[in-house]
Amino acid sequence: MNSGRELPSLSIEELEDMSRRCRINIVKMTHEAGAGHPGGSLSAIDLIVGLYGHNFLRIDADDADWEDRDRFIMSKGHASPAVYSILNEIGYLSEEDLMSFRTLGSVCQGHVDMKWTKGVDFSAGSLGMGLSFGLGCSLAAKMDGSNRTIWVMVGDGEVQEGEVWEAAMAADFHSAGNLKLIVDRNGIQNDDFVNVQMEVGDVASKFSSFGWEVIEIDGHSMREIRDALDKAKSINHSPCVIVAKTVKGKGVSFMEGNPEFHGKAPNDDELRIALEELS
Amino acid sequence: MSAPSTGGASRDGYGSGLLRIADDPRVVVIEADLGKSTKSCHFRTKYPSKSFSMGIAEQNMMLVAAGMAASGKIPFASTFAIFTERAFEQIRNGIARPGLTVHICGSHGGIHTGTDGSSAQSIEDLAIYRTIPGMAVLHPCDDLSAEELTVQLLDHDGPTYMRTARNKIGRIYDHDSVRELKIGRGSIIRRGNDVCIIACGVMVSQAMVAADELADSGIDAAVIDMHTLKPLDIELVDSMAKSCGCFVTAEDHSVIGGLGGALAEHLSTGITAPLEMVGVRDEFGESGESAELMLKMGLTSQDIKNSALKAISRKSG
Repeated sequence: MNSGRELPSLSIEELEDMSRRCRINIVKMTHEAGAGHPGGSLSAIDLIVGLYGHNFLRIDADDADWEDRDRFIMSKGHASPAVYSILNEIGYLSEEDLMSFRTLGSVCQGHVDMKWTKGVDFSAGSLGMGLSFGLGCSLAAKMDGSNRTIWVMVGDGEVQEGEVWEAAMAADFHSAGNLKLIVDRNGIQNDDFVNVQMEVGDVASKFSSFGWEVIEIDGHSMREIRDALDKAKSINHSPCVIVAKTVKGKGVSFMEGNPEFHGKAPNDDELRIALEELS
Repeated sequence: MSAPSTGGASRDGYGSGLLRIADDPRVVVIEADLGKSTKSCHFRTKYPSKSFSMGIAEQNMMLVAAGMAASGKIPFASTFAIFTERAFEQIRNGIARPGLTVHICGSHGGIHTGTDGSSAQSIEDLAIYRTIPGMAVLHPCDDLSAEELTVQLLDHDGPTYMRTARNKIGRIYDHDSVRELKIGRGSIIRRGNDVCIIACGVMVSQAMVAADELADSGIDAAVIDMHTLKPLDIELVDSMAKSCGCFVTAEDHSVIGGLGGALAEHLSTGITAPLEMVGVRDEFGESGESAELMLKMGLTSQDIKNSALKAISRKSG
C-alpha cells in the first residue's frame, strides 16, 4: 500500500485556477522553445487538470515510480506542454524544467517520454499507440489483482489510426474495466479541420458499437469533467470512454479554433496578448 | 561435433522454451492468431491466465506487450516474422525507444518457409531489427538452441527479436552441447584454419555439409553458428580473421543488412579479411518446396563451398 503523499482534492474554483496557471505555462514554454503544440495542449488541459487536480489519478506526489500508481497515458504526445504544466503543479517538474522544453538534454522532450520525465508513463510521439499500451497496463493490473486504473488520452484526429480500433476491440474482448479513455474532440488536426482531412464522425457511437461505455461532455466544464471522471471510475464491467467536446487553443482568443496553432508557437506579441487574456 | 539426425524446427524450440520459463510469474505470452504456428500455443493451453490473444492485430499486440513490460511483466509476443514487420514502427517507437524488455519472436523466417510463397518469406527482418538501438537480434539454428536461447531471454534486459524457422532440420546441438550457448557469443561448431564460415538459422546445417565437402578437398573450414546477430560477437570474428584469414557468411535472408551485412560492417572498421556472402540477392522468393527454392536462390551447401573457394583465393599472400 502506498504510504506517500496523495494529491489534494481541489474545489471546482481551485481546479479552474490551476487550469489557468497551466495555460500560462503552456504558452510560455512553447514561446520560449519557439516550437511545440499549444493548440492541442490548451484543448486538453482542463481534462488533465480534472484528472490530477481532483485526485482521480491515484499517484504518490513524493514517489513518481510507485509501482501500484494509476497510470496516465498521454497518447497525443505532441500536447506535452499540457502534461509538463500539470507535472509542475504536482511538483515533479520545476519552472526551470518547463522553460527548457525542447532544448538539448531537457527533461521536457518535444513529445512526452517516460524515459526522460518523472511522472510520464508512456513514450508518445507516434499517434495511435497509447490505447494499446494502456490495454497492456490494464491487463497487467488485472493479473496482479491490483485496483489501479489506467487513463489514456487520445486526440480526435488520432482515432483515424487503425491501431486505436484494434485496441478498442481487444479492450472489450478482454473486459478491460479498469481502462478509461478520454477523447479530446477539438475538431482540428495537423493540416486542417478534422472534417476536412477525414471526418471521424460520431466517435461516441463508434466506441459504443465496440462494446465500450460512453460518456459525452463539454471538455471545458470542470463540473462536467469531474462528474464524468467520477462516473468513468465507477464503471468496472467494461472499458469506458469520455468523449469530450473541446476547443483547440481554448483560452487564447486568436488560437481558438485556429488550425494554424496546432503546431506553431506564439511569437513575442502573441505571447503578450495571450498572457493578458489568461491573467 | 556430431549432428544427431533427429530434431524439430526452431519454432518448436521456442514453444518448449516458453514452457520451461512458465513458472516465473512475470512471464506472459501474447499472440496474434498464429500461436499454433509460432508454437506459443503450448503455453497458452497450459497457462491460459498468462496468455493473451490479440487477434490478427499485430500493431496493437506490440504496444500491449510494451504496456505489460512497463507494468513489471516479461512479455513474449509472437507471430510470423513477416507480420512483425507490419508493426515495425510500434516496435521501434513503443518498445525499443523507451527501452522496454519485450521479447518478440518471428517464426517462418526466410525462403525456407516454402510453398506459402513470397508474402510469407521474410528476408529482411534481421536487417531491420538490427537497426533499432538497443535491440538484440537472434536467429537460432535448431530446436534445442532455440529452446535454450528462449530460456536465456528471461534474464536479458532490453528488447529482443528472435527469428525462428518453419521447417524441421537436423539438429546441430545435443542436450549437453546446447548448454554452452550464450546470447551474444558465437558458437564454434567446427574448427578449421583455411576459411571461416559464419552462418545462422537453417544455413548452419548447410555450412556443416559444405565444410565436410571442403575437407574432402583438403580445405579445413571452421563453422560458426552466429545465433546472435546483434550484439555481434566481434571478439570471435577478430580471432577467426586472424586464424582463417577469410570469411563466408550464410543466411536465409537478404545479403543486405543481415549477417553478411553485419560482418561487412565490422570487417571494414578493423581487421580486414575477404568476405563472401551467401544469401538472398535482393529479390523476392516464390512458392515451392524449401529445397527447390534454396537451390534456385543460391542458398545451398554448394553455394557456400563455391564462396569458400573464392574467399580463399582472395586471401593476400
